[in-house]
Amino acid sequence: MPVIRFTQEHEWIRVEDGLGTVGITDYAQQQLGDVVFVELPAVGMAVAKGDPAAVVESVKAASEVYAPVSGEVIAVNEGLADGPELVNAEPLDGGWFMKIRLSDESELAEMMDEEAYQAMLRSLG
Amino acid sequence: MTGSMKTISGHRGLMLEEPLIFEQGSPEKTAVDLPAPPSPSGGDRLGPVRRERPIGLPGLSEPEVVRHYLRLSQQNYSIDSGLFPLGSCTMKHNPRLNEKLARLPGLGDLHPLQPASTVQGALRLMHTLAHWLTTLTGLPAVAMSPAAGAHGELVGLMTIRAALEDRGDPRRRVLVPESAHGTNPATAAACGYAVQSVPGDARGRVDLEKLRAALSPDVAAVMVTNPNTCGLFENDVRLIAEAAHEVGAFFYCDGANFNAIVGRVRPGDLGIDCMHLNLHKTFSTPHGGGGPGSGPVVLSAALAPFAPVAFVAEENGRFRLVEHGMHADGKPVGRVKGFHGQFGMFVRALAYMMSMGADGLRQASGDAVLNANYILAELQGTFSAPFAGPCMHEALFDDRFLKDTGVSTLDLAKALIDEGFHPMTVYFPLVVHGAMLVEPTETESKRTLDRFIATMKGLAERALAGDEAFFRESPRLSPRRRLDETRAARKPVLRWRPPAETAPEPMETAGEEVGRAAE
Repeated sequence: MPVIRFTQEHEWIRVEDGLGTVGITDYAQQQLGDVVFVELPAVGMAVAKGDPAAVVESVKAASEVYAPVSGEVIAVNEGLADGPELVNAEPLDGGWFMKIRLSDESELAEMMDEEAYQAMLRSLG
Repeated sequence: MTGSMKTISGHRGLMLEEPLIFEQGSPEKTAVDLPAPPSPSGGDRLGPVRRERPIGLPGLSEPEVVRHYLRLSQQNYSIDSGLFPLGSCTMKHNPRLNEKLARLPGLGDLHPLQPASTVQGALRLMHTLAHWLTTLTGLPAVAMSPAAGAHGELVGLMTIRAALEDRGDPRRRVLVPESAHGTNPATAAACGYAVQSVPGDARGRVDLEKLRAALSPDVAAVMVTNPNTCGLFENDVRLIAEAAHEVGAFFYCDGANFNAIVGRVRPGDLGIDCMHLNLHKTFSTPHGGGGPGSGPVVLSAALAPFAPVAFVAEENGRFRLVEHGMHADGKPVGRVKGFHGQFGMFVRALAYMMSMGADGLRQASGDAVLNANYILAELQGTFSAPFAGPCMHEALFDDRFLKDTGVSTLDLAKALIDEGFHPMTVYFPLVVHGAMLVEPTETESKRTLDRFIATMKGLAERALAGDEAFFRESPRLSPRRRLDETRAARKPVLRWRPPAETAPEPMETAGEEVGRAAE
């Protein structure tokens, strides 16, 4: 069973067999508005938890997307180059940003599960 | 609505619909009648670079060209048309006296390569402006050549890097608070530093404790915008300076908002080491469509030796340009701009400073702050302000008051266009949800401000009364209805192509109106 975890900065990561798929949450895409451009990291890049790893640009703002875990970027979603709208349409699915090979799975323990994340959103009003 | 009335011509009253210049005239037409060029050897001398096919310049008569650009200019809205409350450098009045002086033949007709002996007056003008910039900021040196604000930031950070490397202490990080201008982190990154963001506090200012915690001996500089992007003065600015200096870092201040404090606060007294000035904002020189920026950087004694060439030096009442590092006393970072900077802007800025005088400059910053606080106070009951006032030169609101109305900050801005106002800055600063940032400037009368306030209140009341449909249709009366900004950003059409080349996508894609179907 894949494990899904969330960050304070509204990234999600779905981990299966030490491989994490990373994207931004539905709440994040709603707050950003229409996404017009996504800048993705180079495949093979090493990232540390909390490092800026991608940039998402909407009609309203440009924001950094932080690596939720440490590891190596082993794939990026090439489809976002021509279809940034995928981030709005399918934030948790087709709008994924990158896949990271985790170097330390214990980092997941510090992150929120779905229930805790939803509770945080409710507290944001 | 008036917006729904169709005319036979497509024009609306005397607001004329204007096609692109390439869609007018014909290639056979020309505004000039020149004799055919002489061909000494029976042909041209272009050889292999001879043109293979027509280059497709538009063919129009002189009156057609004149009308084209005049019509376009009539569709523009600028500070000369009315209130322009955008918190930016395009919203400042450009006094006409500045323009008159910049056009004096002895200044306007100079060539940058003229020998220094023939342009002593111009060099003296630069020297005098530099003197007043250092006097107003309380810092000993100034680099005049940066071409605009962000360029000034870059030059400032380059001098900081050079100073650190010169003392054998290269560093890695630059701290930038959330309340800083967006160009600050970009500048630090462009200068090769890792950027670390520092959160703001509940007062909309730098969180001093978090800043202190982030400081360490590998921090090269702290970059603070003061007054900050929330229109607030950073009260802890001296403590920030002390904390930065304690770890050996430099304190950079983004001076884009110096217009709020000029004549009242000297940044040098606050412990600032380096700050750029936007002559095209604080000192009223034209910008946006009207002219280039100019971003001199004032420097502390520690940074002054690294100032870029070229600069003016005075010796016994004569002025010379120091153009090469080997002729300078310090260790200049090099040359950052062709020639000597934006000389035409220097003329205008000095004209402004001399005509205003010390008392006038002081009054201008006071009036700018007074006007912004008037707007904050008048709108506060209806609009929601994220931070307690008083503010500096701009009043910030968020979109909490629009909650559950279905109306967004963007809708409100679009409705303002129908009311004859340029909208304020929206969705910036990012730290405030649905931000509306209003900068009225010092030149607006109470009468204008009252009209704006009444309009803003009226629109807010309409939104709160539930008239969501009205806002979704705005603007109705502008030359174009609401543009599809998303599509324009995702699928931009950046050049015109002749009809034959245009296969599937029509020319108007990017500018297509969402509201056209409703007309």
